Amino acid sequence: MIRALLRVFVASLLGRRLAGVLSLTAVTLGVALGLAVQIIHGAALDEFGRGMRLLAGEADLQVVGPRAGFDDNLYLKIAQQPEVRQASPVLEIEARLPGREEKLRIYGVDLFRVARVLPMLMPVAEDGAGRLLGLEPGRLFLSAAARESLELANGDLLTVQSGLRETELLISGSVPGAPAGQAFAVMDIASAQQVFDRIGVLTRVDLRLAEGVRRDDVLEQFAARLPPGVTVRPPDAGVAESSGLSRAYRVNLTMLAGIALLTGAFLVFSTQYLSVVRRGRELAFLRAMGMERALVMRGLLLEGAALGLLGGLLGVAAAHGLAALAFALVGGDLGAGYFAHVTPSVRFMPGASLVYLALGVTAGVAGAWLPARHATAQVPAQGLRAGNDSELLAANARWRAALTCIVLALLACLPGPLGGIPVFGYLAVAFILAAAVFGLPGAVGLLASPLALSSAVLARLARARLTAAPGQVVVAGAGVVASVALAVSMAIMVGSFRDSVDDWLSKVLPSDLYVRASSSVASGYLDPEAVDRIAATEGVARVVPVRYDSLRLNDAALPVTLIARPTDGGDALPVVSRGPVMDDTRPRVWITEAMADLHRLGIGDHLALPIAGRDAYFVVAGVTRDYARQHGAVIVELNDYRRLSGDHLINDLGVNLAPGANRDTVALLIRETLGDRVVEISLPAQIRAISLEIFDRTFLVTYLMQAVAVLIGLFGISTTFAALATSRSREFGMLRHLGLRRRDIGRLLALEGSLTAVVGVVIGTFAGGAIALVLVEVINRQSFHWSMDLAPPVGAIVGFALTLVVLAALAARVSGAKAMRGSAVAAVREDW
Amino acid sequence: MLLLHSLCKRFRPDAEPLFSGVSLAIKPGECVAIMGESGVGKSTLLNCIAGLETSDGGRIELEGQRIDMLDDDAWALVRRKRYGFVFQAFHILPHLNLADNVALPLWLLDIDTATARARAQKMLDAVGLGGRALDAPNKLSGGELQRVAIARALVHRPAVVLADEPTGNLDPDRAGEVLALLIDTVREVGAVGILVTHSRLAAAQTDRVLQLRRDGLHSFDVTGA
Repeated sequence: MIRALLRVFVASLLGRRLAGVLSLTAVTLGVALGLAVQIIHGAALDEFGRGMRLLAGEADLQVVGPRAGFDDNLYLKIAQQPEVRQASPVLEIEARLPGREEKLRIYGVDLFRVARVLPMLMPVAEDGAGRLLGLEPGRLFLSAAARESLELANGDLLTVQSGLRETELLISGSVPGAPAGQAFAVMDIASAQQVFDRIGVLTRVDLRLAEGVRRDDVLEQFAARLPPGVTVRPPDAGVAESSGLSRAYRVNLTMLAGIALLTGAFLVFSTQYLSVVRRGRELAFLRAMGMERALVMRGLLLEGAALGLLGGLLGVAAAHGLAALAFALVGGDLGAGYFAHVTPSVRFMPGASLVYLALGVTAGVAGAWLPARHATAQVPAQGLRAGNDSELLAANARWRAALTCIVLALLACLPGPLGGIPVFGYLAVAFILAAAVFGLPGAVGLLASPLALSSAVLARLARARLTAAPGQVVVAGAGVVASVALAVSMAIMVGSFRDSVDDWLSKVLPSDLYVRASSSVASGYLDPEAVDRIAATEGVARVVPVRYDSLRLNDAALPVTLIARPTDGGDALPVVSRGPVMDDTRPRVWITEAMADLHRLGIGDHLALPIAGRDAYFVVAGVTRDYARQHGAVIVELNDYRRLSGDHLINDLGVNLAPGANRDTVALLIRETLGDRVVEISLPAQIRAISLEIFDRTFLVTYLMQAVAVLIGLFGISTTFAALATSRSREFGMLRHLGLRRRDIGRLLALEGSLTAVVGVVIGTFAGGAIALVLVEVINRQSFHWSMDLAPPVGAIVGFALTLVVLAALAARVSGAKAMRGSAVAAVREDW
Repeated sequence: MLLLHSLCKRFRPDAEPLFSGVSLAIKPGECVAIMGESGVGKSTLLNCIAGLETSDGGRIELEGQRIDMLDDDAWALVRRKRYGFVFQAFHILPHLNLADNVALPLWLLDIDTATARARAQKMLDAVGLGGRALDAPNKLSGGELQRVAIARALVHRPAVVLADEPTGNLDPDRAGEVLALLIDTVREVGAVGILVTHSRLAAAQTDRVLQLRRDGLHSFDVTGA
């Protein structure tokens, strides 16, 4: 039986190669894009996690605190706990290297303890020199990867920066246990504290627990014993944090790939539908010969499954190729910046590959389902009648179904995320797409009605055809609707996002110049004396100091960024909402939207921030916009922070110039004052340009996916019109008998193609606008926790729509060329 | 007047002609049937007359103008203005209602909508389908569809009406009725009618019956054995 099905049905695919190849390509692309996203992120996360796990060594738990670190007295207390067998203190520094682009991660470790907990961090001195060599100040040991990237050998000097001070460290050996590809250095912890002005400070303590002690018990008990802002966690928690940060981005890309696959399913639908219409007589004959209805159904579904399977297999192969290409071109985070310094490689993912293969088959079967139902519902006698192959593709207006989907979409926008993923938001997108497809047949009549005003014969014929056979538009246009909706929604969302980011950047960068010793995570900083010297520089009117730190508000949540800066009562901040705050007894803070969402905070709420090992209490005065920190930030008035922490260091300094002062001259004076190698001076325009470049790189992948989806949508028009043109060859032959020229038939096809595209584009644009609203107001809010102002790129959308209509007209015209090449005589012959 | 003078057709330059020496003069209002064995080239001759295939010799004149030398576009214009066609398989567009199907040749001639509608209605009245102008073609029987095709073939008052097996898809009763309608209407509008058929019964209703052979057209008595 299977052999019969394969011979009768699947073999028919070989007879329609063009349509088959295009459907196959669509499924392949959908599967390839979706799986590639999984492979890329899976490999990046694996590599990142592998590095973290290897560097965690045999530690059972890690005590971690704010980025600035915590008091090293805590280490002594922890080490004395009965649950702890071994404790190893670590001071982790991201060292700025003056004169070099790259930074170097340096682990300051206790050389006597590290071997028991983190043996892979154990340094080995050069030429068999004693272990105690490492205890000497200024000695640095490099991993093989660091040695290679920095091009340094034993005996060389490496200059590191702390604050604005440069210190030379002597390369004295290696770290043989360092995992391959991990570039870092190790030095004695006391020496590191001294070199980097972090006396008495640790950033981490690695723990090995006593025999029989359960890790979960310690996690629970230590939480109460540790000071505010310091927490204990499993070593691989960092992987989960990174995974959590990139998850929303990953899910978004996966959904985009899903829409590409959906468009592919529409394409399978259109080719299968046209195929069963054209094969009506053949199928009726098979039924008349005794083939059961169910067998015909199975055979037609098998055709879809075969397309899906082949497309899926090709997609799985292509996904691995795409992943390799992405690693080579944009890196493991697809340009989004989640996994910097990670160099993953492509690995075969059997589980994900199987899932995507199944999705490919599902797309094929789903696409073939309705056509198969249509074919099996036909009465065989009717199908055997001569002339039945000119059947019009009917489709009823389904306004009620469309309306129901719209209501369901609105309802799906109401609930919050599930596990941080806006599941209901995506459901709303699916409902909107369904509403658009349901609305297609009804929209045909509405949108084709202006043609009634034209007395031109081609316009009349095209209008008559489309209104009498709206199914033709549904079949050809469904893919266009899906792809246009995707492209328009992404264009509106990305356009609005970019506009809002640009606006935000101009608000957060009001100064004329920005001075810093390094990025906030690295070892450079400005001390009060340096700030005073800059403020006293000729041409400087005012300086705006900013200090950054990261705080852990509770054990479960991701660290939030603390920004201490002059707030001018909120006027200096990109405030989204503010309100009267009754509590005058506590200092005020401003929180970002992500902070408000993730920590469920609102204006007037009280907030405890662990500053300098103590909880300091604030009241929330307002919510600000922040597109830089997805996990949330809190902005504290600089004077309050200094009073509470005693920390007077500065990371970034905004410099406002006096009237008439020259920006370049002032920058030069500052460089001369502080030293050219140890400060970075940027103009707001440069920072803005770099930020927007990063933004564009992040969305590059989404642009590519949109282009693919639109291409698949155009395939839909092309295959539909190719098939329709063939099935309508008699009609065209008759029209040529009546005096229409070949080119008139071509124009007729182009007109029908462009009308189909107009209907698809108009419905797709409306759906895209609605999806954009869901993306902006629901999905982005729930995924990334940031709001944006709607700024649809109307010109670009109109240009895109017109281009698509023209391309669709061309596709229809070119696809119909084969049918038009035939002789008008042969076309009308009954016995041909 | 339609004049064919020594028309010849071969499918390859080095092949024997399918037919040659085909000469014929048909005056307006006259309806001629062309018969012949299968494969002799009846439909090909019709196609040559319509400019849908090129002849390999001879001349075609319509109302004193030589038309066999025209290019493809010019032939299209001639067909649009001067020819009407009736096909065996009707070829009624399923997405147009009956009135629009009949008005189609008028649309091609840029005749204004109101006039086209009125003339289509008149033709539908003439073929007995006046009350069904707005019906969709799928509601009609084969005989009714061929009536619509006749209305469409004549609505623009062509000089020549070519019908290739117009009753081939109809039962004998319907065939006689439709054929009578076609011939009467051709005569009424003063067109030249050429009917290709295998049916002696159908041919007998025309003014003249000719048999196509390789060497040309010959008179044929359909009443003979």
